[in-house]
Amino acid sequence: MSAVKPVTLSSERGEHKASENRALRRFLAHRGAVIGAILLALILLYVTVGSLIFSEADANFADSGRRLQPPSAEHPFGTDNIGRDVFARTIYGGQISLMIGLLAVTVSVSIGVTIGVVTGYYGGIVDSILMRITEAMLSIPTLLFLLLIANVFGSKFPSVQLFGRTFSGSVIVIILIIGFTSWMYLARIVRSLVLSLKETEYIIAARALGAHDVRIIASHLLPNILAPVIVTATLGIAGAILQESYISFLGVGVGPPTATWGNILDGARQFFDRAPWLWVAPGTLIVLTVMSINFLGDGLRDALDPRSDKSA
Amino acid sequence: MARYLLRRVLQAIPLLFIISLLLFIIMQGTGDPLATLGGRQPTRAADRERLARQLGLDQPVLVQYVYWLIGNDWVLVDPETGRYGTRKGVLRGDFGESITRRQPVTTVVGERVGDTLLLTGTAEVIIIITSLALGMYSALRKYTLFDQVFTAISFVLYSFPVFLMAYVLIYIFSIGLRSAGLPYLPTSGIFDPTVGRTTGQVLWHLILPVTTISMITIAAYSRYIRSTMLEVINSDYIRTARSKGLSERRTVFVHAFKNAALPLVTLVGLDVPFLLAGAAVTETIFAWPGLGQLFIQQIERKDYPVLMGLLMMISLAVVVFQIVTDVVYTLLDPRIRYS
Repeated sequence: MSAVKPVTLSSERGEHKASENRALRRFLAHRGAVIGAILLALILLYVTVGSLIFSEADANFADSGRRLQPPSAEHPFGTDNIGRDVFARTIYGGQISLMIGLLAVTVSVSIGVTIGVVTGYYGGIVDSILMRITEAMLSIPTLLFLLLIANVFGSKFPSVQLFGRTFSGSVIVIILIIGFTSWMYLARIVRSLVLSLKETEYIIAARALGAHDVRIIASHLLPNILAPVIVTATLGIAGAILQESYISFLGVGVGPPTATWGNILDGARQFFDRAPWLWVAPGTLIVLTVMSINFLGDGLRDALDPRSDKSA
Repeated sequence: MARYLLRRVLQAIPLLFIISLLLFIIMQGTGDPLATLGGRQPTRAADRERLARQLGLDQPVLVQYVYWLIGNDWVLVDPETGRYGTRKGVLRGDFGESITRRQPVTTVVGERVGDTLLLTGTAEVIIIITSLALGMYSALRKYTLFDQVFTAISFVLYSFPVFLMAYVLIYIFSIGLRSAGLPYLPTSGIFDPTVGRTTGQVLWHLILPVTTISMITIAAYSRYIRSTMLEVINSDYIRTARSKGLSERRTVFVHAFKNAALPLVTLVGLDVPFLLAGAAVTETIFAWPGLGQLFIQQIERKDYPVLMGLLMMISLAVVVFQIVTDVVYTLLDPRIRYS
């Protein structure tokens, strides 16, 4: 805690920069976070650079003459039961899995923050109703609930064309349902933060000066809840990637032709003992991704939230 | 305490209504259960209509919900024959009838509860004991080689999807051992049908699925125990205990243990209801005839009374155990008082 508060605007900016540097230093001092960041960067390179080498047609190209071949120089991760190259499929599957993780979290953060701010800031009957719904959603076992909704909406969307590529419509469905079933913890965190922030003097002062609710929320509340939201969102990406793999594994997730790490694993089930390369490659990628995101999230928590600083 | 309990119970009632309504509305989207009927499709349109009327599927959603909740034995369902409904409703313990099996949901669920609890209950006991042991040992040997290795392993395991854990274990301990000509672990079912359901068989078949379920949770819980243990061990009262000359063993296992293990009560309490559901993936992989497997099978058959019943029973268990956990916590920790 700095004892002297600078008063002029220019030095306030300076202090802001200093606190950013402090956060960066704390992040870099966190060994796990740095390892996680490097690992994640490598995985991102794998799915992006890889797609420059192989086209999506390569990933979906089936050659019945090379079914279930073990890893070789030509097919580093072997081929699957209809003769597709697993290496190329993990590249494109990785893009989809990561995209699902990122977009599902975007959905859940939007819902979670909105509900958290509204309930915390306005209170009253809206708060009671929304919090009961939040509790209700928390009481329903997530995986079974996900499976149920995936089954309801799973095959109801046609394939979509985007960036010159065809995506199975189920990708959008999976993003939405993971988003809609994972906002509850964040909503609770945001609500409790807003409840305590609401009583701070600067918010009361802003209100006394006649600031509009929207302005108070946008320029005073949101910046102050940013750090925990970023941390929760980061960890949420790992959770969403895992959940996608679960529902795809159980056959109600993303459908063909689109590959994801999860549905490559589902396809591996029947040839489990004969062709271990079918599940080792996508499985390892899932574990590495989830682990690096978890590390990153831990590092961000330590860097952005000085109160949780236990290393000192 | 009694007033606190009463308030919690009263709060739980509207919560359960919201859960059931939420589930019921989503359930309507699962599709037409008459379309599949587990393969026995009624061919004639008249049959289909009659069946829909018998099952109450021709009614509006809210009416169906009311019937599901309080039954329809007060409703004239078939004016031609003057027949009244037969359902009693969830509030009177009737969860309806499975569409594909034509048996009460409570029977269909009931015959599987035991096997699921056998699997997940065993896993939970192993999880608690192992994570306590590993977490405490790791905390007491902070920054030693064991602690470092254990930390690394638990971070990796924590990132494993359950099915991948199952694959790895099956590949090593079943396929690997078999191809090496050694005795190998079974990977499907509860017992070998040629031997019969003996205790030995069941235990033998439990090993792989229980390990699958336990490993990932142990990785998470033992980390948690380690950090609470570290906090406790650095606290003043432990220093006092040491300085008054208590043996290290007594300090750790009596004084520190009590407070370090306390948060585990909450974790386990929140876990217990999910013991009913949490093993869906594991049960599917290991062909374990439990509730999770039932749920996944009935999703495919769109047997929504069973799905609804199962989800509702588990949600009820979640709500009940939340209250129980809070109460137990108060009893164990005198620092917390509810009024």
